[in-house]
Amino acid sequence: MFKIKFCLKSSEIANNYIGDEGIENRKDQMRMKIGIPRGLFYYYYYPLWTKFFETLGAEVIVSGKTNKQIIDSGVQHTVDDACLPVKIYHGHVMDLKDKVDLIFVPKIMSIYKGEYICPKFCGLPEMIKSSLKDLPPIIDTTIDFHKSKKKLLKTVYEIGKYVTHDKNKIHFAFEQSLKQHKAYMDYMKKGILPTDIDGSKRLQCIHSCKNKKKILLLGHPYNIYDAYLSMNIIEKLRKNHLHVMTQDTFDTRIINEKAATMDKKMFWSFGRKVLGAALYAMEQKDIQGIIYLSSFGCGIDSVIADIIERRTRRNADKPFILLTLDEHTGEAGIDTRIEAFVDMIQWREKNENYISTHGKYVSTN
Amino acid sequence: MKITFPHMGNMYLPIKAMFDDLGVEVVVPPKNSKKTLEIGTKYSPELICLPMKINLGNYVESIEKGADTIVVTGSCGPCRFGYFAEVEKEILKDLGYDVEFVVLEAPDGDIKEFYNRISKIANTKNMIKIAKALKGGISVLKKIDKLEEQVLKLRPYEKNKGDIDKVYKKLISNLENITGAQKMLQLISQAQRDIEKIPLDYNRDVLKVGLVGEIYTIIEDFANIDIGKKLNELGVVVHKSHSTFRWLLEHLFYNSIGGTREKDIRKAAKPYVKTMVGGHGRETIGNTIIYAKEGYDGVIQVMPFTCMPEIVAMSLLPQVQNEHDIPVMTLIIDEMTGEAGYVTRLEAYVDLLRNRREKYKNEKMLSWR
Repeated sequence: MFKIKFCLKSSEIANNYIGDEGIENRKDQMRMKIGIPRGLFYYYYYPLWTKFFETLGAEVIVSGKTNKQIIDSGVQHTVDDACLPVKIYHGHVMDLKDKVDLIFVPKIMSIYKGEYICPKFCGLPEMIKSSLKDLPPIIDTTIDFHKSKKKLLKTVYEIGKYVTHDKNKIHFAFEQSLKQHKAYMDYMKKGILPTDIDGSKRLQCIHSCKNKKKILLLGHPYNIYDAYLSMNIIEKLRKNHLHVMTQDTFDTRIINEKAATMDKKMFWSFGRKVLGAALYAMEQKDIQGIIYLSSFGCGIDSVIADIIERRTRRNADKPFILLTLDEHTGEAGIDTRIEAFVDMIQWREKNENYISTHGKYVSTN
Repeated sequence: MKITFPHMGNMYLPIKAMFDDLGVEVVVPPKNSKKTLEIGTKYSPELICLPMKINLGNYVESIEKGADTIVVTGSCGPCRFGYFAEVEKEILKDLGYDVEFVVLEAPDGDIKEFYNRISKIANTKNMIKIAKALKGGISVLKKIDKLEEQVLKLRPYEKNKGDIDKVYKKLISNLENITGAQKMLQLISQAQRDIEKIPLDYNRDVLKVGLVGEIYTIIEDFANIDIGKKLNELGVVVHKSHSTFRWLLEHLFYNSIGGTREKDIRKAAKPYVKTMVGGHGRETIGNTIIYAKEGYDGVIQVMPFTCMPEIVAMSLLPQVQNEHDIPVMTLIIDEMTGEAGYVTRLEAYVDLLRNRREKYKNEKMLSWR
């Protein structure tokens, strides 16, 4: 019932690609430059956001890929207790500071009915404004669909207003960007991860993978898809002949079904996704193991990862490993743990009938 | 059925009174101690916040004393508190304890389910009886919170050191040993009268400090290493921005009875935090500003390590501190917090406040405006 295509044909890619037909009114005037920091929700929504602003006629500038300098400037400007992704986000805003007219830092409170995002997202624009000085104006529209999505269009107009007052134009741009978003989501469902897709303006698959052994990599998109932060964990696993799946490659329906089996509704949108994917993966024979990539001090992960770990140990004979990142994490340590994990998976396959003196598989951690 | 619940300040007394009146057997968890925290830390996820670690310790200790049902309140906010019960269920299951959780939370339109839960723990379907017991419990809670507030306000003024504590401690131990709300109310009133008789010296130059931050670490004196008393001993009047009574109203009956103070807090916080950020993050900002306006000398933010809403508030506080001219100190607490280092910081902070006040006094005297 659920199959993954490992690679797309080039024709399919061409079909999914949506061109720049929206930008007609490129006049001689200086176009407004809108900066989008490459952090937090960027990895889920960049096709939507970039397409939206570009169709409206603005120029989108995405901050550079995460590097040491960005991390350092972020760490310097935030309170010590903020989590690494939030610190990095500050670094990305700093990176954009002098290059753009506006910076897009939406106040994302809730993207699904009855659910929330992490509290740090709710206070993000305020945190940015108070910790970073001399910033260009910030687009800090509140995105809150906790009660219903009725206000969706109003929110869209509010964001579009910064570029143009023409409501029809905003509406058109939003529809175009939704198409782009849909194509992006479809890519993810096919197993092509954001790290395999090129650029912020075009959706183009640059990489794909044909390994048969599957592994589930869980974690927030800003941890797992940021190549620098995650120390390229996806590529590392692929090099070890594993097909990497994430919570985003699963069917939404399956995730929702599985997440609904919890006694209490999971009220974090990320949490629900990750939990649903994990509960589903536990029952799948072809998924060999689960890796949870977390960042130090993440409040949501402290709850979710613990529940997933306990359930995996109790219900599934699969190895589980929790990797925690912070600004001091050394790559060698992570490499060693990944290697050990991969070894165990391969070793298990070879010795299928092996029963340890423990009576059970000895798992990591 | 033997009911237990987590500790939070003096809340165990009214809860006990309520269940006593209903005739339900209650196991009050042993007082929070190092052992409680050790048990909690051992079995909890590493990065979960301190409140859950202490709660879990409470449960394990109560279960070993025979409890089989745990009653807690819940929420659906972005703060982790709302999912505590789910994690605790998993942990206790792995530990091999067979207990039932009853989570009291404002139901999603499912009033019947809420009624079922209440009547289950109350052991009766008679709503009038439940309401009566609830009313008794709440009035005990209200009175005891008021008394605690008074103690924190008066202690720095007492002529003979230790007078107020003597009355207060005696009251608590008496309350632990009797049953029923009526008797408890009588005892509290008596203690209140006793405190009024204690000789005070109002000529002392005392400072005023407000406590803001995460509600559990503010109310539960074990978690905050008794910050109220420590500040009192340094000659500081303390006001806590949260009390169990207000929290209960907020949680069980939504915000409808919250009153004007809630509105004022939100209004004050608005220039810094537009919307709620979960937990009491917005209230932390709002309360700090209100304290500044009320002429407090300083504000201390108390929060558990990795508390998400408070981290948002914490990164906004430097701006509030500058714009409202009030010194704010943040104390982060986890199971590793040492008392000595903590006291040193409090002393240094109080010294700073005192110097600041002297400076202003001198400035006033010298100025010719």
